[in-house]
Amino acid sequence: MRREQKLVVRMRRETKRSKVNGRHLAKGETMDTTIGPASVNNTERQIPHDYSLTGPSTQYAIETGLAAAEWYHTDIPRKTMKELMKRRDGPAVRDTIIWVALLVLTAWLGIALWGSWWAVPFWLAYGVLYGSACDARWHECGHGTAFRTRWMNDVVYHVASFMVGRNPINWRWSHARHHTDTIIVGRDNEIAWQHPINMVLKALAYVGIYEFWITLTSLVRNARGNLSDDEKAYIPETEWPKAVFWARIHLAIYAVTVVASLAVLIGGAGWASTIPFLVIGGPRVYGCWHMVMTGLLQHGGLAENVIDHRLNSRTVYMNPISSWIYWHMEYHIEHHMFPMVPYYNLRKLHELIKDDLPPPNTSIYDAYREMFAAVMRQRREPGYYLRRDLPQTAKPYKGALHQFVPDRSDKPEKAA
Amino acid sequence: MPWIDACAIDDIEEEDVIRWDHGDRTFALYRSLDNAYYCTDGLCTHEQVHLSDGLVMDNEIECPKHNGLFDYTNGKALRAPVCEDLKTYPVKTEAGRVLVELD
Repeated sequence: MRREQKLVVRMRRETKRSKVNGRHLAKGETMDTTIGPASVNNTERQIPHDYSLTGPSTQYAIETGLAAAEWYHTDIPRKTMKELMKRRDGPAVRDTIIWVALLVLTAWLGIALWGSWWAVPFWLAYGVLYGSACDARWHECGHGTAFRTRWMNDVVYHVASFMVGRNPINWRWSHARHHTDTIIVGRDNEIAWQHPINMVLKALAYVGIYEFWITLTSLVRNARGNLSDDEKAYIPETEWPKAVFWARIHLAIYAVTVVASLAVLIGGAGWASTIPFLVIGGPRVYGCWHMVMTGLLQHGGLAENVIDHRLNSRTVYMNPISSWIYWHMEYHIEHHMFPMVPYYNLRKLHELIKDDLPPPNTSIYDAYREMFAAVMRQRREPGYYLRRDLPQTAKPYKGALHQFVPDRSDKPEKAA
Repeated sequence: MPWIDACAIDDIEEEDVIRWDHGDRTFALYRSLDNAYYCTDGLCTHEQVHLSDGLVMDNEIECPKHNGLFDYTNGKALRAPVCEDLKTYPVKTEAGRVLVELD
C-alpha cells in the first residue's frame, strides 16, 4: 500500500475517532469527513486550514487530489530541455572555490583586525557568506544539480546543511515534499508564510535568533532519537537512524565550538573568546538576513492550494551580488516548474519561458513592495492572495482541479 | 514470455529516454551512449512521475520531479529521495526494432 493511501486510511480512522471522542479542533479549523472531489462545493463548505502534516488539511489535500497532483508546466521541446538540464562541474567548482576563498579571507581579516572597528565589515561579510550563501548551496546540492559529480554535491550539501542549521536527512525529504506539494496546506513542511501571519516573528527571522533556537532544539530532539510526527510523515522509516546520526554530528561540532570558546576565555583572551562563535554557528544568526530577505520572496503573498507554480511562486530580477549569493534562485517559478535545471541555466530557462509567466518583479525592492502589500491584506482578509496578470502570450492559469479548491481571491487584481 | 515490439531503434536518441505505454502499463526505454537499449518501469518508485521526462547521464536516469537517481541498466536506486529499485526488463534489437520481454 502506498504511503499516501496508508495516510488516508489512518486519517479516516483518526477522524472517526475524533468525532467519537469529541476532540477539539484548532480555532477556525473545520473537519469535513465527506471530502471528495465530486462532493466539494466551494461556496458552501469550509476548508480546513492546519499546517501540520498529519491534520485535517492533510486529509483534505489527499482526498481532493491536491497532494501529489500533476502541475502545470510550460511546454519546452525535449531537445531544448535536455540542453538546459545538462550538468557540468565547472560553474559550481568555480563558485565554490570563490565562496571558500572569501570565507577564509574574511574570517582571517576579522580575526587579524580583532579589537579594531576595521574588523566589523569583514565579520559582516563573513556572516552573509556563511549564514546566507550556505542556504543556496544546501538547496542546489540537495537537488543534485549544482555539480555533475555526485560526491561533490554530497560534500557541499553536508557542509552547507551544517552551516544553515538543518538536519541533512530531514531537510532532504522535507524539500522533496515541498516540490511535490508546493504550498499545499497540510502537505508542504516549508511554508514560510503561515496564516495568520505573525509579523513579529517574521521580522525576528532576519536576525535568526528564534529560528536558530528552533533548529538547535530540533537537533537535540533528533540526537536523542526522537522524530516529530510531522518528520515521520515525510521521512521514510529507513532514513530515521541517519537523521539521528547527523543530528549528533552537528551537535558534536557545536560542542567543540563551545569548548574552544571556553578554552580561549580561560586562557585570558577576554572578548576574543567569542571568535569561535563568530566563526561557527554565530553567522547563522548575524548573517542570515540575506537568506531570509530572498527566501521570503519565493512564495510570500501568493496562493496556497493551487497546482500552478505561476500562482504560488515569484521570480524576481536581482542585483548580481544577491544573485550570486542566492545561486540564481530568484528564478523561482522556473526552478519549481523544472527542478532539474541547474542554477547556472535558470536565466536561459527564464528567457525561454518568460512569455508564459507573470512578469517578474524588477528588483528586490519592487518584490517587497508587492509582497508586503499582499501580506498586509492577507492579515485583514484571510483567503486573499496576489494573482498576477499573465501576458497575452501565456496559457491561462491551470484550471483543472482548481474547481475543487477554494477560490481565495474574489477580486483577482494585482495588489497596489 | 513474449517479446513485444516497442519502437524503432532511432525513436530514441543517444543517451536519452522515451516513454512507452503497453496495455495499461507504462515503461521507460533508454538508449545509452554506446547504443545499448534498456527498459525499466516508467514511473519513479518515489512518486508517480514519468521518468521519460528525466535526464539521462551515462548509465543513470534522474527523476524530473525530485532528482532521485537510478542506474537504468539494473534499476538500482542511487540517490534519495528514491529508496526502492526500479524493475527492469530484458531488451533486444532486431531488424531496426527495439523488443522488450515483459513478464
